[in-house]
Amino acid sequence: MKKRKNRNGQLHDVWRKLKMNKLAMISLGVLIMIFLIAIFAPLVIPYDYAYQDYNSVLQFPNASHPFGTDNFGRDIFSRILYGSRFTIFIGFGATTVAATCGIILGLMAAYFKKLDNIIMRAMDVLIGMPGMTLLILIISVLGPNIKNMVIAISIAYTPAFARVTRGAAMSVINQEYIEACSAIGANDKRILLKHVFPNSMAPVIIQYSLAAGLSILLGASLSFVGMGVQPPTPEWGLMVSDGRSYLRTSWYMSIIPGLAIILVTIALNYLGDGIRDALDPRLNK
Amino acid sequence: MGNKLLEIDNLSVHFTVNNQTVKAVNGLSLEINHGECMGLVGETGAGKTTTALATIRLVPNPPGKIVGGTIKFEGENLLEVSEKKIRAIRGNSISMIFQDPMTSLNPITRVGDQIMETILLHEKISKVDAAVKAQRMLELVGIPANRYDEYPHQFSGGMKQRVMIACALVCNPKLLIADEPTTALDVTIQAQVLELVKRLKREFNTAMLMITHDLGVVLDVCDKVAIMYAGSIMERGSVDAIFDDPKHPYTQGLFKSIPDLDEETERLEPIPGMMPDPSNLPQGCAFSPRCPFSKEICETHCPNPVQVGDDHHVACFLYGSEKEEV
Repeated sequence: MKKRKNRNGQLHDVWRKLKMNKLAMISLGVLIMIFLIAIFAPLVIPYDYAYQDYNSVLQFPNASHPFGTDNFGRDIFSRILYGSRFTIFIGFGATTVAATCGIILGLMAAYFKKLDNIIMRAMDVLIGMPGMTLLILIISVLGPNIKNMVIAISIAYTPAFARVTRGAAMSVINQEYIEACSAIGANDKRILLKHVFPNSMAPVIIQYSLAAGLSILLGASLSFVGMGVQPPTPEWGLMVSDGRSYLRTSWYMSIIPGLAIILVTIALNYLGDGIRDALDPRLNK
Repeated sequence: MGNKLLEIDNLSVHFTVNNQTVKAVNGLSLEINHGECMGLVGETGAGKTTTALATIRLVPNPPGKIVGGTIKFEGENLLEVSEKKIRAIRGNSISMIFQDPMTSLNPITRVGDQIMETILLHEKISKVDAAVKAQRMLELVGIPANRYDEYPHQFSGGMKQRVMIACALVCNPKLLIADEPTTALDVTIQAQVLELVKRLKREFNTAMLMITHDLGVVLDVCDKVAIMYAGSIMERGSVDAIFDDPKHPYTQGLFKSIPDLDEETERLEPIPGMMPDPSNLPQGCAFSPRCPFSKEICETHCPNPVQVGDDHHVACFLYGSEKEEV
């Protein structure tokens, strides 16, 4: 009998495969960098994000203001760096909360037939309302600030996750290995968490990377109508919409935060794809 | 006999689909002794798999429901024990091998871990010990232990079925239910798997319920055989008794529809007609519409099993209807 030494866990396999995917690794690097910037923002920004220098309004990007300045003479570079805090909070925070709730509800709806109708009809009610109206309604009730905005966006995205999870989980539950699992004496919780959930993850991961990008945009729209981040807080989406009246003369005011949003979204999508592929042992090389 | 392991008595399982009641199993009775192998033979749709699932209370509910009867395992009625208790029995005292090894293993979990899972669910031992035990089990079913870390898609069908067998036997169950374990495999692999099952059954002294529609498998592996038709047992007895002297017209029909190597036969004689629709069973004996010896009483009354030989029972009016007079 051979002794097994340092048996690597399955997570180790996933990481090893993810490392081979260059795009995913670059994306991971970008996201880690943005997270670090968000954490250490007050230490790295060259100017105060709210400081208004009326001697240098609407400056084109130059040596002292690498991304230029806005119509109040605020340094866009500093605002982008500091704004990453709010954007990431909205993008990841809201999506993570929505994904957690949606996955739990979706799994329960798929597995416990009696709950299916109750949960999914409740989700339909949320989907049935126009997105923006729903968000404005929730925020009007809770009060306009960034925390409530995250709560509102999470509520708005939960049904999407619940639906995707339920669909994937239902096809997994009908597989013979789930039956085989109950035949070896596993309980419901174990079957759901260890067998159904990992096997229905793929579409959920994609949904997550899409929703994270969308919720950043949704946060921007909300800030635009005054229901989200309040000025002078430098939220990326808000910065894009602030710059729209200067688009002809000072295009960089909108384009640069826009590029930042695109960068995060693309990075998330590639990382999501990479993780999905790495999690599937059938796609081994 | 005092050493009965499993006693199924008058079991009925019905499915309700679109307000129609599909009677999958009707008043089925079956006994298995310790260390004995019982073959359950029948056509597709005869209710073999439902019987097996009912034994460990896994009939999908809804739409399925066990509507009557008792299933006694070591004297305890499995239909009445708590959910927790039955979970402790599944995989531990009674385990099951499924028909299609291709889909019966979790595709994203390593095969070794799947064997280990059964151990960890039923025994209080450390993960390391469980892994060692799982490896030993892998070797026992003829898979090198260094393939522990591989995933199901890296295995062939026969290898997967070996893994399934390892999963099922690792906790040393008293009863193994094998639901057509060789149907999805090609003939050479079939022989290997059957050989393995026979060997392990001897080593572990496990009783077995072998579900199959292949009479060759029964002859090879089983001690006793029960012939099932439309949810009930038509004839049961020792393999020798039934193969040498099939009594029930259905059993005789079954044997006639198998090609025989020793005899020159111009053509096989299939049983005419189809299995009755389980949602609309005939009033009397379920086989009567296809039976060449059908009498009037067959269409109105169900025959009860009568003993026709040493450990040989048959449910047919041809052999003792006078006694029954339903």
